[in-house]
Amino acid sequence: MKAWCLTLLLCAGPTLAQDLDAGRNLAATCANCHGTNGRARGPLMPPLAGMKADLMLALLADYRRGAQPGTVMPQIVKGYTEAQLRLVAAYFSSLPAAQARP
Amino acid sequence: MIARRSLVTAGGLALAGCASTPVGARLGRVVVVGGGFGGATAARYLKLWGGADVDVTLVERHERFMSCPMSNLVIAGARDLASISHGYEGLDAQGVRRVRGEVVAIDPVGRTVRLADGSRLAWDRLIVAPGISFMLDAIPGLAAALDSGRAVHAWQAGPQTAALRRQLEALPDGGVVLMSIPKAPYRCPPGPYERACLIAGYLKRAKPRAKLLVLDANPEIQSKKALFERAFVQHHAGVLEYRPNAELQEVLADGTARFEFEDVKADVLNLIPPQRAGDLVRDFANANRRWVGIDWLTLQAQAAPGVHVVGDAIMSASAMPKSGHLANQQAKLAAAAVLQLLKGEPVNPAPVVMNTCYSFVTPTEAMHVASVHAYDAAEKTMKAVPGAGGLSPAASEREGAYAQGWAENIWADSLAL
Repeated sequence: MKAWCLTLLLCAGPTLAQDLDAGRNLAATCANCHGTNGRARGPLMPPLAGMKADLMLALLADYRRGAQPGTVMPQIVKGYTEAQLRLVAAYFSSLPAAQARP
Repeated sequence: MIARRSLVTAGGLALAGCASTPVGARLGRVVVVGGGFGGATAARYLKLWGGADVDVTLVERHERFMSCPMSNLVIAGARDLASISHGYEGLDAQGVRRVRGEVVAIDPVGRTVRLADGSRLAWDRLIVAPGISFMLDAIPGLAAALDSGRAVHAWQAGPQTAALRRQLEALPDGGVVLMSIPKAPYRCPPGPYERACLIAGYLKRAKPRAKLLVLDANPEIQSKKALFERAFVQHHAGVLEYRPNAELQEVLADGTARFEFEDVKADVLNLIPPQRAGDLVRDFANANRRWVGIDWLTLQAQAAPGVHVVGDAIMSASAMPKSGHLANQQAKLAAAAVLQLLKGEPVNPAPVVMNTCYSFVTPTEAMHVASVHAYDAAEKTMKAVPGAGGLSPAASEREGAYAQGWAENIWADSLAL
């Protein structure tokens, strides 16, 4: 039992860290418009930091199928796989929420 | 910015210590050369993701960052130069050690860079973002015309941007402005056409009898073609005349611009020279002796492992423009890879970058082109993801506002504002 726990920990640790890094790296592609770590400048971009993952994924799915109008987002969301979007959503939801800065 | 004296002391201590890693920075030392979109972002994200474990030094010639994106609005009088310029204090606050100076040589074997003042900086990993250099030898008379101020390029933002603005303001009504566009690839494919629109708009308002002649060495508009063609007709007919397949051959002593089929005498000469990777990385420019071929997983130069190159200087992947946006995105890949290499960990096997370029066709209306690029492991390059990305259906004020918001966010992201 003890050995099994240890194995689980050893396996889970790096995987979680890798997922977090993968999410972090993918989420960094959003920063040019949505701000570093999802803290956007100005009134136009929604702050992504702290957004619930389910909400973000639903919004992204709507962009993908054309149910949510937009300019750039409906086009670029198609460049990411579902698995990548889940990593991005998990990363942003793990960050503390921040108000948009003026 | 640390003072020269303390820099020398720090360098001396590090050398004396011989361990070459400053106390606390257990992962090692990274030197970043160039403080544009690529270099600034690399330095910022190394600290954001590496914290105190990595020692980051940014070497930049200029005291302030100057943005090429939005600089065409300055040329048209719709923004001022101060509004596209930022200090580097944000990076200082993140713990980036900053050296104002010019790197003149890279020693990839000894792992140092040499500055113009003779000092050296040692590194465990080097990230170079040298931008572009101009291929002035290709066009006789161009260097002299630029040196004398008779011609301006305004393709590196700063004094050249201000000079072009001044020349347009001084243009007599009824005068002629000539813009020449070099053969692709060059920095910012839509940039010349955006500039043409904005200059034409300014002339129409301020000098209604003046003309803008745009002579393009390329066979057609290089980005957002249908949208620019529409803007040329809708907004700028009667002021702007565009001709493709017209490559600048020579600039005569009297300022005449010689093309294959015509000589042009103009009051303002905005001659954008052909371009290659910044001189600093010329030794690593293995693609047509012009651009630096890189490994896309780490952004390391193929010709110099340990030296990571980002931004306009690299041999772009197919369908990947030379843009500030992509320099920022590449810099994040490089920063992540450098940290993992310093830790001895495997690098991200599936990097993704995306691009959005906004272009203004009037001071308030803009349009975009966007794309997403993912690593193709079989071909070892980045490829545009099929079905993703696209263009605006039309320029709009809404996208003009988004473009301004994009600028604020990418400046803040790159410079830690």
